[in-house]
Amino acid sequence: MTNAWTDIRNTDLVVIMGGNAAEAHPCGFKWVTEAKANRGAKLIVVDPRYTRSASVADFYAPIRPGTDIAFLLGVINYCIQNDKVQWDYVKAFTSAPYLVKAGFKYEDGLFDGYDESKRDYNRSNWDLQIGPDGAVMVDETLQDPRCVWNLLKAHVAQYTPDMVSRICGTPKDKFLKVCDMIAMTSAKDKVMTSMYALGWTQHSKGSQNIRAMAMLQLILGNIGVRGGGMNALRGHSNIQGLTDIGLMSNLIPGYLTLPNERETTFDTYMATRGFKPLRPGQMSYWQNYRKFFVSFQKAMWGSAATLENNWAYDYLPKLDVPAYDVLRAFELMHQGKMNGYICQGFNPLLSFPNRKKLTVALSKLKFLVTMDPLETETSRFWENHGEHNDVDPSKIQTEVIQLPSTCFAEDEGALVNSGRWLQWHWAGATPPAEAKADAWIMAQIHLRLKELYQKEGGAYADPIVNLHWPYKDKNDPKPEEIAKELNGYVVENVADPNDSSKMLLQKGKQVPGFAVLRDDGSTACGNWIYSGCFTEAGNAMARRDNSDPDDAGTYLKWAFAWPANRRILYNRASADLNGKPWDPSRKLIEWDGSKWSGYDVPDIAPAAKPDVVGPFIMNPEGTARLFTRGMMRDGPFPTHYEPFESPVTNVVAPKVRGNPAARVFRGDMEQFGDSKEFPYAATSYRLTEHFHFWTKHVQPNAVVQPEFFVEISEELAKEKGITSGGWVRVWSKRGSVKAKAVVTKRIKPLICDGKTVHVVGIPLHWGFTGVARKGFGPNSLTPYVGDANIETPEYKAFLVDIEPIAGPVA
Amino acid sequence: MNMELSRRHFLKGVGAGLAGTTVGALGFGDVESAYAASIRPFRLANLTETRNTCPYCSVACGIVMYSKGDLKKGDKAEIVHIEGDADHPTNRGTLCPKGSALLDFVHAETRLKYPMIRKPGSDKFERVSWDFALDRIARLLKEDRDRNFIARNNDGTTVNRWVTTGFLAASATTNETAFVTYKAVRSAGMLVFDNQARV
Repeated sequence: MTNAWTDIRNTDLVVIMGGNAAEAHPCGFKWVTEAKANRGAKLIVVDPRYTRSASVADFYAPIRPGTDIAFLLGVINYCIQNDKVQWDYVKAFTSAPYLVKAGFKYEDGLFDGYDESKRDYNRSNWDLQIGPDGAVMVDETLQDPRCVWNLLKAHVAQYTPDMVSRICGTPKDKFLKVCDMIAMTSAKDKVMTSMYALGWTQHSKGSQNIRAMAMLQLILGNIGVRGGGMNALRGHSNIQGLTDIGLMSNLIPGYLTLPNERETTFDTYMATRGFKPLRPGQMSYWQNYRKFFVSFQKAMWGSAATLENNWAYDYLPKLDVPAYDVLRAFELMHQGKMNGYICQGFNPLLSFPNRKKLTVALSKLKFLVTMDPLETETSRFWENHGEHNDVDPSKIQTEVIQLPSTCFAEDEGALVNSGRWLQWHWAGATPPAEAKADAWIMAQIHLRLKELYQKEGGAYADPIVNLHWPYKDKNDPKPEEIAKELNGYVVENVADPNDSSKMLLQKGKQVPGFAVLRDDGSTACGNWIYSGCFTEAGNAMARRDNSDPDDAGTYLKWAFAWPANRRILYNRASADLNGKPWDPSRKLIEWDGSKWSGYDVPDIAPAAKPDVVGPFIMNPEGTARLFTRGMMRDGPFPTHYEPFESPVTNVVAPKVRGNPAARVFRGDMEQFGDSKEFPYAATSYRLTEHFHFWTKHVQPNAVVQPEFFVEISEELAKEKGITSGGWVRVWSKRGSVKAKAVVTKRIKPLICDGKTVHVVGIPLHWGFTGVARKGFGPNSLTPYVGDANIETPEYKAFLVDIEPIAGPVA
Repeated sequence: MNMELSRRHFLKGVGAGLAGTTVGALGFGDVESAYAASIRPFRLANLTETRNTCPYCSVACGIVMYSKGDLKKGDKAEIVHIEGDADHPTNRGTLCPKGSALLDFVHAETRLKYPMIRKPGSDKFERVSWDFALDRIARLLKEDRDRNFIARNNDGTTVNRWVTTGFLAASATTNETAFVTYKAVRSAGMLVFDNQARV
């Protein structure tokens, strides 16, 4: 989230599209009803199903799964055509006036530079024109046909209301009503917030779904302001934290990136991470990259990271592919190229697509280690459970070690919520029997591996034996000790350059924030964006002062928000070029002639002049990007692509199947079905009574939603002879499930390009362990393909067939 | 200031006063609040109160756990009740159908209790000691790493990577667990490393 749950109260319009907050985030959704009740805010829901969120919406519009980009580009087109643009914001704070290279073009669904054999683009033309002074070339008048604004205008022109209706199945009048409501927030005193979740991410073009809305929000001037923003409703309690800390194949904590193997030296690595400002006077905050990187290396390897060895640059593994994400991991396993896998609190057998492929892959491992507080299907993938896990244990040679871990009630530490708040929690219970905290387990694995290397030697042991391990009890690192590492500390005294009798930084002290981090090895910091969370003043994450001056919704003294306790990102954009709030009733920060101050920690240098320094300080341009240069694999503008399995042909690019830049492994393309064989669009989702595969172990939740079902419309039920409560079989090219049918008015057939499209809804909470009834999940059916940029599997739009069957004998 | 303690003392004070005064004198307008206020001190007198966060979605509602026994005093502690934290700015004491049933998660029948091993081809898990399980894991990791570690690629570039064993990180562990995990995994040169951000 750019903003916070408590900030939603400040909005005028909530758009829930790509999510279902009332169902999946009920206590956060209360801030929507708060805004409705106290401000007269309106709620729009756009979803294939009439969801719980839709049931309290002021306006609901249906949409076919996988067509959100067409819808959103249609809204952008409407805003441009009807002059519903926050012009002052767009001209000053976005890349609208920048000139794009001459070679860039879009035609028939493809951008320039496409190589079909690689399913990839040469992106060299997808960039801005740089003048002789090294700065981006600009046409402030927006007249130049090569300026971003005019290219965008041309790009979205084909998404007329008629075209949107043809693609999305949304009736034209409903689409126009949504456009009208959204466009009103282009006024300086009106704000819209976007609340989305997996309904946008789980597509082969998920990143571009989100980008399309972010662009719309910029055009309306709704980023950086109270009640606005792009608000990703994260699914799990600390998935924000796990991502911040870089537990991904290509990341270093704080969104630094791991080197690839072409970056043979530290200097070549840094050469592409210098981030020189591209416009005069801009902050380009990533200029500090080297300080964050060196401080991280010091936190990892302590005295073994030195200037002489380039801060242990060789200790970091170098990537040969863009990422070893989960889909690639299971593909490698499936090819027999992996031997071991460790799953910590993760149940991939039910979480990733094409379950049949996953079972084959796991069966090829030599060993699998799992750590969980509860039983998981993954740790028992080798166990026969009849049709719910039809395997022969004697044929599976994988050794499985299952480790019992503590749960939340028995563990201490910080979780990061969707709004980037790091909130500390305390342990209140003794773990059951021999269950152990994950941190203890990880420490044990590391220490025992280290001991083996120290005794026996072996392949490149240096990074293991030299890992910095500064804990009082080496066997059991304490949460507070680790939190202090994440915050960062001073390794060597640093004298004050102005007064050598004074110390700028004193050895052994916690750093006060990332601004003091250095690239000379005198500071260490596990994760620069968390710096400030545990300083000499104590544990800021444990703060519990819930005061909120003037009901601004920022709660600056409650816990700690990254970065720098800032509650709304890009908050400098809440004020105009004179530093005055666009809307005085929604003041966030303000320029008083010499500095910024207000209800939030300014997201800008305190003395940065408002008419010089742009609000988007992480970009070298200082502005937000309506044209994303070469930074996304599938195009600098979003464009409509059908899901890989679609009931209709792509009407704007008939020759293109799916997202042309999405990675598809050999053999998986052949496992995609077409609409002749599988005529119905399917989508997956969650229920408010359940959380993933955990609550099927929890008696009250298992009682209120005991068994697997699928949802279909009354029309489809009639067509297929399916009765409500009767049994059905649903199958795709990859698998088949049995379920009870819920026949509902909440799903209606849509008319897309003249064709009737039925939607089958498939919730995801069942398996073969726990106290709920055994059942299946959507991953038995879904295709093995992910988003072109970050490989989120396409769970929200695929094809199935359905038929009534006789139920099991009671 | 320790807000947790101050609130606890405040409520204890209110509770003690309740017996000898009228509901009106406390400033409560309705009976329901007074009733709630009379129960709370009973809980506080007999149980230990610990602040925690709901482990499910990322609204991260504040919760208060009540246990028999105080972990901080070295007691064996058992959670007997969990409710929403009324002081928390996001949820203000409310919980959803998942959060409301957290007690039954803590005490679920299928909580794991002992390290187990399933041998190749076997149809069952067998209980083992922690030492056995951890030594076995360290040995399996070392064998695979030593055999398949790539120090240099075909161009002779130092790459120091290990891609035949992978690690999937969780979604509900703490930041602190996450960082220790990061250190252990990355220092081994492992690249097949991902978390649950996408599902």
